[in-house]
Amino acid sequence: MLRQAIENLGNRTIQGVWRVGFASRFFFAMLMHSGTAFRRFGLTIREMYFTGVLSLIIILVSGLFVGMVLGLQGYETLQRFGAESALGTLVALSLVRELGPVLAGLLFASRAGSAITAEIGLMKATEQLSAMEMMAVDPIARVVAPRFWAGVISMPLLAALFSAMGIFGGYLVGVHLIGVDEGTFWSQMKSAVDFQQDIINGVIKSVVFGVAITTIALFEGYDAPPTAEGVSGATTRTVVTSSLAVLALDFVLTAFMFRGLS
Amino acid sequence: MNKTVLDLWVGLFVIAGVAALLFLALKVGSTSAVSASSSYEIVARFDDIGGLKPRAPVKSAGVVVGRVADIRFDNKTFDAAVTLRLDSRYAFPKDTSAAIMTSGLLGEQYVGLEAGGDSQVLKNKDQILITQSAVVLENLIGRFMYGQAQEGASQ
Repeated sequence: MLRQAIENLGNRTIQGVWRVGFASRFFFAMLMHSGTAFRRFGLTIREMYFTGVLSLIIILVSGLFVGMVLGLQGYETLQRFGAESALGTLVALSLVRELGPVLAGLLFASRAGSAITAEIGLMKATEQLSAMEMMAVDPIARVVAPRFWAGVISMPLLAALFSAMGIFGGYLVGVHLIGVDEGTFWSQMKSAVDFQQDIINGVIKSVVFGVAITTIALFEGYDAPPTAEGVSGATTRTVVTSSLAVLALDFVLTAFMFRGLS
Repeated sequence: MNKTVLDLWVGLFVIAGVAALLFLALKVGSTSAVSASSSYEIVARFDDIGGLKPRAPVKSAGVVVGRVADIRFDNKTFDAAVTLRLDSRYAFPKDTSAAIMTSGLLGEQYVGLEAGGDSQVLKNKDQILITQSAVVLENLIGRFMYGQAQEGASQ
């Protein structure tokens, strides 16, 4: 009984370490074989259409609504202190620093990450990847690397669009619906948001999230058991793991970036 | 899907993303008004800086002319050495005085510069000799109560 429990623990540890090792070997193999993704850039552009362009609708609409809600809630709180002129600052800073990269990352994980995992998992289940290897085409170079670079390029663009759309939503609600003065809205925002401190750091965050999400999605698909059940489990794991990774990475990055600010 | 249509969509997506970045950079954010290349530093010594923090604005006549670059405690003279980075477009006379002020009753603290009448101007690494410390509310209340008590004793 006790022996059984210890054996179980040992088996799980070995499996876990093996998976981590396989994931990092997979990551480096993907970087090593990235040449094709740039030499035949058409492949990467095709994947950018599926990960980036098709995510546009959900990103733009959510960005608009998040900004509008921020405008309403921020005004509710700020007007108690008579500081409603700081509404632009509140909306812009919270979007550019945190909400833009993080929410765009979560949406990207569930919209594009799950699709990547399901596609590659099914390719594996129907033995398309093995067929490529038989024809001396490296599946990592032909299938995996273009998707990786497409995700890494798309993610910062999507996060920037999310932030811009959110600020526009906050502007619509704050200036046109509630009636905060338009001049103070923009000038307070402009004087409080710093290009290097806030915007560049937000872009760095979104690039890191893009690398994390696409790597997790590609690995889960590549590692999925070649059955219908295996692919569905891998898709679920992609969304859960990459959402948690985005939130955890966001905390670490924020701790490094904004530690000495206040 | 047709390859040219696909290329067109991806192109539009990239243009929209870059436009959003440009919008954030130009319309929403601003680069720090005082860059390292066109600025000079002067040091002001205060007995008490109150709640002054690095990156706080330095104002003269209400206009922002620079920022607080560094605050450190001098272990020889036992006062605070505050390094101010000023825009080199603005020159101040040698006998300029510095004071730590508060914007509003509870607002942020900033350094206010009051220009003097000297014909020579402050240069890089110069020191401001006339300074006025931050007003600390506790000290003010303490002095007031001390004064009241003395008044009561003399009557």
